[in-house]
Amino acid sequence: MAEHSNLPASPDAGGHDEAAHGALDYGTRDERGRFILPLEEHHQRITDVDPRAAKRAERQVAWLFVAGAACFAGAVAAFVGFSSHELIHVPMLGNVSASNFWLGTLIGLGSFFLGAAAIHWARRLMPGDEAVDYRHSLRGDEDSRASAIEQFKRGAAESGFLSRPLVRRTMLGAMALFPLPLVVLLADLGPAPKEKLRHTMWGDKPATRIINQGSGELVRPEHLAVGGLINAIPEGLEKVEEEAGTQNERAKSSIILVRMNPSEIKAQQGQGWDYQGILAYSKICTHVGCPISLYQQRTHALLCPCHQSTFDLSDAGRVVFGPAARHMPQLRIGVDSEGYLVSLGDFAEPVGPSFWERG
Amino acid sequence: MSTSTTPTTPQGKVADFLDERLSISKAIKSNISKVFPDHWSFMLGEVALYSFIILLLSGTYLTLFFKPSMVEVIYNGPYVPLKGVKMSEAFASTLHISFDVRGGLLMRQIHHWAALFFIGAMSIHMFRVFFTGAFRKPRELNWVIGTVLVLLGIVEGFMGYSLPDDLLSGTGLRITQGIIAAVPVVGTYVSFGLFGGEFPGHDVVARFYTLHILLIPGLILALVGAHLMMVWYQKHTQWPGPGRTEGNVVGYRLFPVYTAKAGGFFFVVLGITTLISALVSINPVWMFGPYTPDQVSAGSQPDWYMGFLDGAVRVMPNWEINALGHTLSLNLIVPALVLPGIMTTLLGLYPWIEAWATGDRREHHLLDRPRNAPVRTALGVMSISFYLMLWISGANDIIAQTFRLSINQITVALRVLLFVVPPLMFMLTKRWCLSLQRRDREKVLHGHETGRILRLPHGEFVEIHAPLSLEEQAEILGKMDVAPMALPAATDANGVAQPAAWKARMQAKLSQWFYGANVSLPTRAELLEAQSHFEHADALEVEATNRHRTYEAVGGVLLAPTEDGSSRH
Ligand code: HEM
Ligand code: FES
Repeated sequence: MAEHSNLPASPDAGGHDEAAHGALDYGTRDERGRFILPLEEHHQRITDVDPRAAKRAERQVAWLFVAGAACFAGAVAAFVGFSSHELIHVPMLGNVSASNFWLGTLIGLGSFFLGAAAIHWARRLMPGDEAVDYRHSLRGDEDSRASAIEQFKRGAAESGFLSRPLVRRTMLGAMALFPLPLVVLLADLGPAPKEKLRHTMWGDKPATRIINQGSGELVRPEHLAVGGLINAIPEGLEKVEEEAGTQNERAKSSIILVRMNPSEIKAQQGQGWDYQGILAYSKICTHVGCPISLYQQRTHALLCPCHQSTFDLSDAGRVVFGPAARHMPQLRIGVDSEGYLVSLGDFAEPVGPSFWERG
Repeated sequence: MSTSTTPTTPQGKVADFLDERLSISKAIKSNISKVFPDHWSFMLGEVALYSFIILLLSGTYLTLFFKPSMVEVIYNGPYVPLKGVKMSEAFASTLHISFDVRGGLLMRQIHHWAALFFIGAMSIHMFRVFFTGAFRKPRELNWVIGTVLVLLGIVEGFMGYSLPDDLLSGTGLRITQGIIAAVPVVGTYVSFGLFGGEFPGHDVVARFYTLHILLIPGLILALVGAHLMMVWYQKHTQWPGPGRTEGNVVGYRLFPVYTAKAGGFFFVVLGITTLISALVSINPVWMFGPYTPDQVSAGSQPDWYMGFLDGAVRVMPNWEINALGHTLSLNLIVPALVLPGIMTTLLGLYPWIEAWATGDRREHHLLDRPRNAPVRTALGVMSISFYLMLWISGANDIIAQTFRLSINQITVALRVLLFVVPPLMFMLTKRWCLSLQRRDREKVLHGHETGRILRLPHGEFVEIHAPLSLEEQAEILGKMDVAPMALPAATDANGVAQPAAWKARMQAKLSQWFYGANVSLPTRAELLEAQSHFEHADALEVEATNRHRTYEAVGGVLLAPTEDGSSRH
């Protein structure tokens, strides 16, 4: 391969030995095989030769600056003139906030004019000819390099870093432990996971009543027709949330109830976990935790809106399609003495996304 | 000092004050006339820089009103549909900014649009640097800084997007939590640490806020500073052109032309961003409502820069390993951690990969036209098409709905296309580059077609070709004419096998793959001949034109004079 010199071609490789107009000589090539053609002669803009054109350009620039200033003044007027609630009708946009529309339009146009003026000024009235700079080698010359190394060595020797291994090793040891307390300090960012991800409030009592998440009413079997779906939560969830100040429990214990003909149920996660064809499943996708409620009653398919994992609720919540790896956990239900639907214990497995300790 | 002059004007006094304390005269003297090459593609980095400045300004304004708190409040503001609804203070303050603060909505929209432009401009700037080979020695470190900046920009944008605590951003956080929890060994602990316990907790908005307004912008600012200082010190690359060499920089001086153009351009970018923010609504959080973990808005899409990750997660098969009491969620680890990890590592290391493959370790200050480095260009297009396929996969549900196809079929098709399209794009791009090279060679030697037809004395019709302009020629002829490394002999001079040579042979083969097919430049003799040819044709045409009056013109066809000066037709 061609010789790999790091030095760029000599600074004056191009530009001087060929006439800038007329015939080209093609006589200069750099060591990488490029033809270096001569720099163009001064190219004249109309503003360089015609003083009237230059005067016109000057006026254009000034007008652009004036337009910018006018827009900025207008923006202040718009700020004062419109309350934040006023709407105006703008064709194509519909009814929009008047303040937002005028402030934005005027500040936007003003900035645009200001910028355009500066660029126009530079292009028309400032020097139009290109200038040439030369590059210098980035690599230090041999003297500097040698001197740098020598001085470093002197300092290293003076420090005794190499000649006193005891100091060196103990220092490295201390440095190695230095980050430790800093990392440990982060431990209190959150509690240890322990068994938290394995429990929901459905397991707090032997039987927890089920509430319709939309209406807030207790659910009875007759509320749910075959083919229907109800989004539901455990009774008392609001109170738990209130006390905790978080929505953590809701993120675990939300469920959906669906009803199908008992004959349509192919499998469940436990014998008799349904109540007369009513099945309760976690609402939290086992993929990465989106809440699901798109249900196709004909196929009993539950479709997650986030990454389209599909689960068959008539077949123990099995994954039919998509990136989720595990079935939707089923909740065992029954009715209590007053005829309300209740859960009979907690989910048999953690709900929601996988985690390392899940097993 | 005895020779020092004492300034009398006020400006002079200020300058003198500063110079006597900071020696500003030295800094100004050596920098103010610095030359910057000019090309439209060099403005992409500027757009990124200006968008970042706009983000800093608009973001600082937003901090004056935004409350990064997840304490629940009941909304009682002017937006009627949400009156009486429970929501976090973060969400409520975002509504306050949008509906009560004059100009607040504008600032929110400017901030969000600028974030999209920032990451978009950085990406396209990166493509420019890639396809022109500007990352080569001595600029590899700046390429690495750029890679880190794109990553930080994406993280910063994602965190900002999460702050308003609306249904859309909360869903994004939920997905993030699920992905973090899938990380082997530490995932669950990291997730509990980030959210202060289980998801969603009441800490994450405040924590993201600190990261979003302090830590990450600080890092970005520092890296942008280092990036620009390096550009300054190493001087900008330039396109091949008349008078441009590896050893010089041709362009406009910092002061005044470049200052005026760049300063003006900042205001143009600001103006366009503000106009878009005035006219096009973005992230209308009040329509999504506050976050609650048991609701999701269907068809929700993340900001564009997260789309490829979303797509990767969607098309990944549902592999999960359960063994020894542990769960390894390959369906998440592979698309959301391993894949982006590999992508960014390859991206960051590319300058060294190419230098290794070509054996070219020289400094480069003149850019390659993309066509003149066909393999590099093809690799770039291949990678972009892979990224775009992932991005498209993020919309598999929308595609299925639009074309009324089953989501299952679409997803399976996308899985196949993800591995078929990129190699195909590689092959197509490489061929296209080579054919452009051939066309270039053709053009310098034969010139532009002018559409003017000349009839020669013996009756032949020829089209007049005009020579290329100086710039056009300089651009084409400014191509590196490299010979790939020669294959070292498998045996030494005595015919003994050289097993150690395999490495050199592989390198040589790679280098041939990289450069081998390149079309070589014409020789000087060919160029001179072409030039005299043009001159000759020119002369013929001039002569024909001069005698135009005496000859018949047939449908715009000029008739060249015969030897004896009479027209023959
Ligand atoms: C590199 C730059 C940055 C990016 C990409 C970015 C991105 C974002 C995005 C996408 C949002 C959501 C906006 C919405 O639609 O509501 C946001 C919100 C926010 N950002 Fe930034 N940002 C950046 C820098 C900053 C800086 C430097 C600050 C402050 C000094 C800041 C302060 C804020 C605040 C207070 C919010 C919440 C306000 C609200 O949503 O109404 N950002 N950011
Ligand atoms: S969260 Fe349900 S498919 Fe991803």
